[in-house]
Amino acid sequence: MTSALNARNIVAAIAAAGLLLLPLYSALSGNIFILTLFTRIVIFALAAASLNLMMGYGGMMSFGHAAYLGIGGYAVGILAAEGIGSGFIQWPVALIVSALFALVIGALSLRTRGVYFIMITLAFAQMAYYIASGMSRYGGDDGLTIYKRSDFGGLINLSNRVQFYYLCLGCLFGGLYLIWRIVNSRFGMVVRGVRSNEQRMQAIGFHANRYRLVCFVIAGTICGLAGALLANNTDFVSPAVMYWTRSGDLMVMVILGGMGSLFGPVIGAIVYLVLEELLSRFTEYWALIMGPLLLLIVLFARGGIMGLLGRMRRG
Amino acid sequence: MFLVIEQLLNGLQFGLLLFLLAAGLTLVFGIMDFVNLAHGSLYMMGAYFAATFVAWTGSFVLGIVLALGATLLLGIALEFVALRHLYGRDHLDQVLATFGLILFFNDAVRLIWGPAGLALPLPAWLTVPVQIIPGVFYPAYRLMIIAVALIVAALLYVVVMRTRIGMLIRAGASNREMIGALGINIKLLFTLVFGLGAALAGLAGLMQAPILTVQIGMGENILILAFVIIVIGGIGSIRGAFLAAIFVGIIDTMGRAFLPDLLRMVLSSSAASTAAPALSSMLIYLLMAIVLVVRPEGLFPAAKR
Repeated sequence: MTSALNARNIVAAIAAAGLLLLPLYSALSGNIFILTLFTRIVIFALAAASLNLMMGYGGMMSFGHAAYLGIGGYAVGILAAEGIGSGFIQWPVALIVSALFALVIGALSLRTRGVYFIMITLAFAQMAYYIASGMSRYGGDDGLTIYKRSDFGGLINLSNRVQFYYLCLGCLFGGLYLIWRIVNSRFGMVVRGVRSNEQRMQAIGFHANRYRLVCFVIAGTICGLAGALLANNTDFVSPAVMYWTRSGDLMVMVILGGMGSLFGPVIGAIVYLVLEELLSRFTEYWALIMGPLLLLIVLFARGGIMGLLGRMRRG
Repeated sequence: MFLVIEQLLNGLQFGLLLFLLAAGLTLVFGIMDFVNLAHGSLYMMGAYFAATFVAWTGSFVLGIVLALGATLLLGIALEFVALRHLYGRDHLDQVLATFGLILFFNDAVRLIWGPAGLALPLPAWLTVPVQIIPGVFYPAYRLMIIAVALIVAALLYVVVMRTRIGMLIRAGASNREMIGALGINIKLLFTLVFGLGAALAGLAGLMQAPILTVQIGMGENILILAFVIIVIGGIGSIRGAFLAAIFVGIIDTMGRAFLPDLLRMVLSSSAASTAAPALSSMLIYLLMAIVLVVRPEGLFPAAKR
C-alpha cells in the first residue's frame, strides 16, 4: 500500500469505471442482457462486501449470510403482498428486520468461536430458511411473486432498467464507502485489533464481543439492503435465496476476490457470476469447471485475486 | 400406540443412518481438523453407484458390495489428489475448496446419469413386512438398515477402541503432532481414515437409496444434519456422534409425524399442516443452537485439547 498507483487500485478503479459506464455500453450496443446480468452482479457484490466486513475485517466466518438476503427480500415481498407498495416503508422495514435478526443471532453466535461459529450461523440461516418455507400465506416453498416493485413516488422508477441499475450501483458504492469509513474509524481499528489478538484487546480494556456484535449487525443490515434490491430485481423472493449453498456462493465471492480488501468482494462477485454465465453458455455443466477452479484458487492463490495483484508488485 | 412404536423405529433407523454419515465426518474433522463439505457428495455417490451396479449386475447384494468398494476408492482418490493438500490450512479454505467439490460432483452426476433421479428397487425378500410384536408390522428393509448400522457401529467401536489402528486414530484425535513425532506414518493414517469415512458415507447413501429416490443434491441437506450431529455430540467423539444421531433422528421423525396433529389443537388445520414441517425441520437447528450456547464444546466432547 505504498503508492496509490498499485495493481490493486488500478484494477479497482477500472472495475468501478466499467460499472459506471455499463448502461452506456448497453444502450449503444443494444445489449440489454448485459445490463440485467450486471444488475444482479452489483447486488451480489453489495452482499459480498457486507460479508467481507464481517469476515475480512471482523474475523467472523459467518456461513449464514444469505439469510439477510432472504429477510430483506421477504420484508419487501410481504409488505407488497399486503398492499404496502411504498419503498419508503418497505426498505426501512427490510433494514430494521435484518438488523434485529443480526442482533439476536449475533449475540448468541458470538458466544462461540472457530468452526462452531461457522456452524451456528449456518444453523440460524437454515432456521430462517425453514420459517420461510413454512409461511404458506406467502407462498411457502414456492416463493412469493412481487407484482409491483417498490414505489418511491416520482423520485425514481425501479421498473426502468437503467434507473434501477444506477440505484443498485449507488447502494454498492454507498455501502463500500460506509465500510471504508467504518474500517478506518476508531471502531474499525478495535474490530480489526480484536481479530488479530482478542486477548490483548480485552486486556487493554475493550469489550471485544460488543465491538464484534456491532460489526455483525452493520454487516447484516447492509446485506438486508442487498436482499431488498434482489427481490426488486427478480420480482420474486423464495426460501431458496437463503439456502446454505447461497451463503456458500457469497463466501466464495469474498474469498475469490480477496478477503479483507475493500474492493475484493466486488471483483469476486464480478468474476464468479460472469464466469458462471460464460461457462453455462459454453456448457450446461458449468460447475464441472467451476468446482475444480475453486479448488485450484484455494490451493494456489491465497488472498484471492486482490492478493495476487498485491503480490505482483513484489514479484 | 402402534403408530408411536413405528415412528420411534423410523426415527431410530434415520438416526442410525445419520450416524454412519456423521461418524466419518467426525473422524475426519476430529483427527485431521478438516471440514469436509464434500462428505455429502460421497453419500450421493454411494447411492448412485449402488443404483448403477445393482441394475448392472442384477443382484442387490453384489451391487451394494461393489458400490461400497467404489465409494471407498473414490474417497481415497479424492484425498490423494486434492484434499491432503488442504490439511493444516484455514477452515475457511477447506470450506471453500470442498464447496467447489460439491459443485463438481453435482454436475458430474448430472452429466453421467442425467438430471432425472434414479430408483433403486428392492429385491422381493426385503419388501415383506415383518411382525415385530403382535399386531405391529414393520418393513423388513428398514429393520435391515437398523441391523446393518448397529453392526457397523459395533465394528467401529471395536476397531477404534480395541485395535492398534484405532489406538492411532484416537491418538491422532487428541494430539496430531505428537503421534507424528512418535514416528507414525500420519499421511497413511489420514488416507485410511478418510477412506473409511467415505465408505461409511457411501454406505449411508446406498442404504437410504431404496427409501428415497437417488437424486442430485441429496447429500446437501443430510450433510448439514450430520454437521449438526457432530456439533451436538462434540467434534471428534464417535460416542457423541452415535448418541446425538439417534437423538436427532428420533426428534426429526417424531416431529414430522406428530407435530401436525399437536399444532392442529391450537391452529387451524391448514395453517398447522404447513407450519408443522417447517417447525419440525427447525427443531434440530434450534436444538443445536441451544447446545452451542449452553455447552459450546458439545454434549460428549472427545478429549481435552
